[in-house]
Amino acid sequence: MSLLLDVKGVTKRFGGVVANDAVSLSVREGEIAGLIGPNGSGKTTLFSSIVGAHPIDAGAILYEGRDISSLRISEIARRGLTRTYQQTRIYGQMPVIDNMRISAPDVKEGILPLFRRAGRASEARARDLLSFVGLYEKRDLLAGSLSFGQQKLLEFAMALMSEPKMLLLDEPTAGINPTLINGLIDRLKRANKEFGVTLFVIEHNMRVIMNLADRITCLAHGQVLASGTPDEVREDPRVLDAYLGAQ
Amino acid sequence: MIDNFLLLFDYPVLSADLALNGLLIGAVFVLAAFGMALVWGVLNIINIVQGEFVMLGGFVALMAAEAGLPVLLGIPIAALALFILGWGLYRLVIFRVIDRDLFVSVLATFGLSIVLQQLSNELFGADVRTLEAGLGTLLLFDGAVALAQIKVLAFFLALGLGLLLWLFLKYSRLGQAIRATAQNPRAASILGIDTDRVYAATYALNAALCGAAGALVVMAWAIHPYIGLPYTVRSFLIVIVAGVGNIGAVVAAGLGLGAFENVAGFIFGTEYQIALVFLLMVAVLVWRNLRLQRKRMYLK
Amino acid sequence: MSRSAARYAAIGGAGLLVLAAPFLAPAFVTQFTFLWLMIVFALTWDLMGGQLGYNSFGNILFFGIGAYACAVFQRDSGLGYYEALALGAALGGVLAAAAAAFLGLGILGLRGHYFAIGTLGLGIAAGEIAGGWDYVGAGSGMTVPLFPGALELRSLFFYFTLAALALATFLTLRWLYGTRFGLALNAVRDDEDKAEAMGLYTARLKTAAWSLSAFFLGISGALAGNLIGFIDPRDVAFAGATYGVWMVLMAILGGKGTLWGPVIGAAVFHITQEIFWTYLLGWQRVALGLLIVAIVVFFPQGILGTLREKFPGRFGSKAEVQ
Repeated sequence: MSLLLDVKGVTKRFGGVVANDAVSLSVREGEIAGLIGPNGSGKTTLFSSIVGAHPIDAGAILYEGRDISSLRISEIARRGLTRTYQQTRIYGQMPVIDNMRISAPDVKEGILPLFRRAGRASEARARDLLSFVGLYEKRDLLAGSLSFGQQKLLEFAMALMSEPKMLLLDEPTAGINPTLINGLIDRLKRANKEFGVTLFVIEHNMRVIMNLADRITCLAHGQVLASGTPDEVREDPRVLDAYLGAQ
Repeated sequence: MIDNFLLLFDYPVLSADLALNGLLIGAVFVLAAFGMALVWGVLNIINIVQGEFVMLGGFVALMAAEAGLPVLLGIPIAALALFILGWGLYRLVIFRVIDRDLFVSVLATFGLSIVLQQLSNELFGADVRTLEAGLGTLLLFDGAVALAQIKVLAFFLALGLGLLLWLFLKYSRLGQAIRATAQNPRAASILGIDTDRVYAATYALNAALCGAAGALVVMAWAIHPYIGLPYTVRSFLIVIVAGVGNIGAVVAAGLGLGAFENVAGFIFGTEYQIALVFLLMVAVLVWRNLRLQRKRMYLK
Repeated sequence: MSRSAARYAAIGGAGLLVLAAPFLAPAFVTQFTFLWLMIVFALTWDLMGGQLGYNSFGNILFFGIGAYACAVFQRDSGLGYYEALALGAALGGVLAAAAAAFLGLGILGLRGHYFAIGTLGLGIAAGEIAGGWDYVGAGSGMTVPLFPGALELRSLFFYFTLAALALATFLTLRWLYGTRFGLALNAVRDDEDKAEAMGLYTARLKTAAWSLSAFFLGISGALAGNLIGFIDPRDVAFAGATYGVWMVLMAILGGKGTLWGPVIGAAVFHITQEIFWTYLLGWQRVALGLLIVAIVVFFPQGILGTLREKFPGRFGSKAEVQ
């Protein structure tokens, strides 16, 4: 499998704090990659650097073989690399279904497509994806009136609606009712298989990430501590140390 | 326009005259900007009514002098009157908009500024008014540069008041409470600080500061009911250039703005002076924002 | 009667009323004409403030540009009255839209209160510049050509042109809010960072919206300048303290971010103003300031927003229906 994302020696500082220190990792096309690490180890910062939410201080971020580290967040999104947020972000004052409609892939082409009627296929896809995450019944509610967990699912559905090649998910199970977590894992896997979306997932829940990811990278203090298959990472003494030492 | 520009080089004394007179009024801008930074930092409100406080301070000083009181006594009287007004406005309106969207506070204080402006227009008339302090003129460079002594006095009084405010914030109990609230209102209230009182005091203090500035303006320059908004915009401009917490930068920016206005007003014509101030503000905002956008950020 | 038949009947009735109003109440034609102007003000403001979430304090800028552009064209073109007015109004609209597109490059990057204050600065600066610029009459303003006809005809002419403009604005926005462009505006309002992260062309979107708003405002300025007959830089063209604030107030009063809210707000505000203002003599502007404070502090949802909260089922929103 070819590399879709290749992070090379990325460093990000906030004032004097080094949030990412020469981080290198890669994600292959079509896989589900995991990113773990104790609180404050720089996982979300790395996500923000990848999607272009802030500039990086050193290193390069290659996506489909091209350096994207100086592109704007919207330009990166138009190339099919999107993220979801730890604190979910949806359009709160709009109905759920409109949140989906405005996430259709052709809005990334410019403003003229916005005046075209959305095709029947696009409408059907919006409904299907809402059913996929179990929000079809809520389609006419204002998105802001949904519970936190439901908003998280909506954000996930919006991301899928935009037909990304690669999706970065920041703690998809945090705040989700534990009884629904297995269903969510199943949906993530199906999104990966059926829609062919490469996933890169930050996750705190060890059971979830071991179950989900093909390969895992562990960060600590802004540096890569270990990477490999779930089993390799789980057995790695340094990873155990980082988690036990940190807690 | 070009002619005027060249004139400044032919007669450097003229440039000095313009710049010095500008620096002097710049001290008043500094006072108003201090107040705006204080309210912005502590209450998280952009106080559009700022300039009307300056204007009202001027009218209070004027009335005090017309009632037969010594002219300079008008300064503390204006400060006191505006302190009371500020406190009242806080209790009536401002406390309701503190935790709301910033646009609400901008619009609400904009409404207040229209109220005060039009009230003054009805009560005092629309004429340009000034107060004769009875001081002479200071002549420099063999009389080529003329500075009214009252302007020089106003300059030092304004900077003195600014210094007083700084000492107050640094060393008094209330000042420390204000700074604590500015940093973290929730922590401050847990530690037993009555944040509502702190907010009221801060807002009133700001009004008093502007009132004193207004008294200086009416003595050294002139006032009328519609001078408010330009003073607000100047304060805003100074604060966005200098930052909310940086006193030295506020002084530098205020004095610089005063000098810039006077020189630019001479070059382009005084009828464009106000337009220049407003355009400068827009330009500074846009410029700062563009610089941030390069870092993938925007003004917050 | 079926629902759609009732709807057509209502639309037809309203249309007839608009056509007949100046003949039924000839004494109020001027007031009605200004009502149409107010509706344009509120609708165009809400496109930015309500739908896009960019609260402009300086939209009056485009009104003034339209007024001056048209008056200068009428003065210098040498055409007949109607031709000069029609072309001048079009020119006013286009120039205003171009100004919005140009200024938007910098100003639309500002967010929240910075945008509000930046636009406030632009509006006031424009008035000051016009007040000092001899080409447009400086402080003494400009007069427009005399209407070539009887006074009654003049009133009717401006009544119908402004009614047509208000209708055109309304229908354009109604269509716009039904497209995904309208959804994109709302998306920027709700979370601009998210909209960017989803790949929307937010900068072009904002510029397009502001230019559209400015286009209608520019035309309204051209017509209003001729209706009033005299263009004063600070009290007519760039009248920030009256028209400029009314725009914001009417949209908020009726309900921000709705199609009908600004229309209702404009009607309520204008009628209130016409009834009460005359009794307040010089104090009406004080009352206006108090009204702003009262509405913003105590009634920020506006008429439609409040109704929607009380009767969610009847006003389109299904927030509480599970």
